[in-house]
Amino acid sequence: MNPVRRVEGRAYPWGAKNIDTDVIIPAHWLKTISRAGLGKGAFETVRSTPGNIFDDPRYASAPILIAGDNFGCGSSREHAAWALRDMGIVAVIAPSYSDIFSGNAVKNGIVPVVLPQDAIDRLVEVARTDQITVDLETMTVTTPFQDRFEFSLDPFRRQCLMEGLDEIGLTLARDTAISKYESAVAAERPWLSRETKHAGVAVEGTGRP
Amino acid sequence: MAAPLTLYEKIWNAHVVERRDDGTCLIYIDRHLVHEVTSPQAFEGLRAGGRTVRRPDLTLAVPDHNLPTTPRVDATGAPIPIVDPESANQLEALRRNVAEFGVPYIDALAAEQGIVHVVGPEQGFTLPGTTLVCGDSHTSAHGALGALAFGIGTSEVEHVLATQTLLLQQSKTMEVRVEGALGFGVSAKDVVLAIIGRIGAAGGTGHVVEYTGDTIRGLSIEGRLTVANMSIEGGARAGLIAPDDKTFEYLKGRPMVPGGDEWDWAVAWWRTLPSDPGARYDATVTLSATDIAPSLTWGTSPEDVVPITGAVPDPESFADPSKRIAAQKSLDYMGLTPGTAMQDVGIEHVFIGSCTNSRIEDLRAAASVANGRHVADGVRALVVPGSGLVKRQAEAEGLDRIFLAAGFEWREPGCSMCLAMNPDKVPAGQRCASTSNRNFVGRQGPGARTHLVSPAMAAAAAVMGRLTDVRELMGVE
Ligand code: SF4
Repeated sequence: MNPVRRVEGRAYPWGAKNIDTDVIIPAHWLKTISRAGLGKGAFETVRSTPGNIFDDPRYASAPILIAGDNFGCGSSREHAAWALRDMGIVAVIAPSYSDIFSGNAVKNGIVPVVLPQDAIDRLVEVARTDQITVDLETMTVTTPFQDRFEFSLDPFRRQCLMEGLDEIGLTLARDTAISKYESAVAAERPWLSRETKHAGVAVEGTGRP
Repeated sequence: MAAPLTLYEKIWNAHVVERRDDGTCLIYIDRHLVHEVTSPQAFEGLRAGGRTVRRPDLTLAVPDHNLPTTPRVDATGAPIPIVDPESANQLEALRRNVAEFGVPYIDALAAEQGIVHVVGPEQGFTLPGTTLVCGDSHTSAHGALGALAFGIGTSEVEHVLATQTLLLQQSKTMEVRVEGALGFGVSAKDVVLAIIGRIGAAGGTGHVVEYTGDTIRGLSIEGRLTVANMSIEGGARAGLIAPDDKTFEYLKGRPMVPGGDEWDWAVAWWRTLPSDPGARYDATVTLSATDIAPSLTWGTSPEDVVPITGAVPDPESFADPSKRIAAQKSLDYMGLTPGTAMQDVGIEHVFIGSCTNSRIEDLRAAASVANGRHVADGVRALVVPGSGLVKRQAEAEGLDRIFLAAGFEWREPGCSMCLAMNPDKVPAGQRCASTSNRNFVGRQGPGARTHLVSPAMAAAAAVMGRLTDVRELMGVE
């Protein structure tokens, strides 16, 4: 994952609330077995209306998206984050996110910035004409007009974003702790392990009677 | 004495591998369900990193989302190939991946195949007090059995495959207490719609919900699965219901459930799980079951709930200005005029299925309304059992014959018309009474209009050709 420290550029001044992941990327795009190329399907239904914000040349390949409450609700599809990333979005600014989406965003190098509604309103106004800057170093969103909004982010997520860390690699390094936990559980709750006892159960191609 | 704990806190505490200084915990995952849509990129990631699946025995894969629900074998028993090349490719990728990584797998042609959230409980893969994840937001369903179950993204799927853990922050807790007897014709689906109508689509964000109260206790396990399933529609990543004798009775003897001494050992541990008296929740919401009528949605968010006796609301009636705008947009999309009685709204499609309402009790409820009646002219009505085993049982009970005689289609198990991914879709501008869980814009197909209802209400809509108060058809021949 590429590290992100600072995102500077135009922003889609959208502000829409309750944008679900079906809107970000409709289900028929989910047949892919790759992470790449989903930008083409991003916001497909929104884009089918003429004059929509995503086809407005002023915001072409803007790296920031400004949205309303509960952004990324609904389906857990990480395709939503891949689609945003593929269309060039590196930061989203909204008053709140679904829990699953904000996790997916961070894992794909997208900064989920949380700001209160009045800050969103101001940024939507600025973004129509000017650039916006999201800075993970100073944890601020700024505009050319002296606006300065501070935001917070879980320190681990911030570190992962800024250093482009591989979370799986980090966890694999905790292997001893995981193995220790596993042996403790094997003694305390042995029924949890399915091992060979139930190996015959999952069936492949037994045929429908 | 130790401080009283909630069910959530007990499960959480039992799964902490390590606690980091910032409060983030490495949480062990006991059960991992995998399906074809959100896993290919995760397996690809493992391959690229030269990594393996740490605990294949705690993993179970089954295809569901992308499978057509048309017959899968021909008259000679030979598999019928899937027409859409992309879908076929994705299903083939799952087969290849489970074979390469040694993951237990239920094939599309197996009798046990079905929607991942129907299969888990049915096979006894889901157990109380476990942590269970799947790359699908409706994983919350498994919380009905007292499992801490939640949906994850594909990177997390890869993380669980490789490490059997997730890095998580502890959530806040919300108690949703429902007390009182359910009225005539009111089902678990109506209860959960009423809950979401009350707390809102984002009401549970950041929280794990625990459903309590005698109404919830009185629900069957299948009803509880319906309620927990839709936790995510209220913004909560997980919804829990404390395990009790009903839970143990439901699980006993299922294929993947512990047997013999281990069963007794497990039950003894499961009995310690319910929230202690005096345990604290960060928020509590109380509903009275007697206030809940057969309900349905009018808009494009699951929080847009009205009783079937109600009318399409006027956007101007909402105090919140942004809700006003959203309601107007919803009504434009749904093609509805404020003030119209919900019962006067005609429908062209009915979908009885999805991980919310495709279990045997759901099909029985729908069949009891369909019995002796016929699907209205111009209506297409699909019944899609949640798994091959549900299908088989329904056929043993003769439900398939009731549906077929009434003009419903009887199909193979899968997600079907719940999401516009496989061939079952609602055409643009047409209206569907659906037992699924999402009425989002385009969810059942571009331009499709969805009203979420219970199975009995869906069957009633099918035979009347319009949204209908099922109580008018119940107990009447
Ligand atoms: S039935 Fe619908 S909600 Fe359930 S897993 Fe399938 S697509 Fe998701």
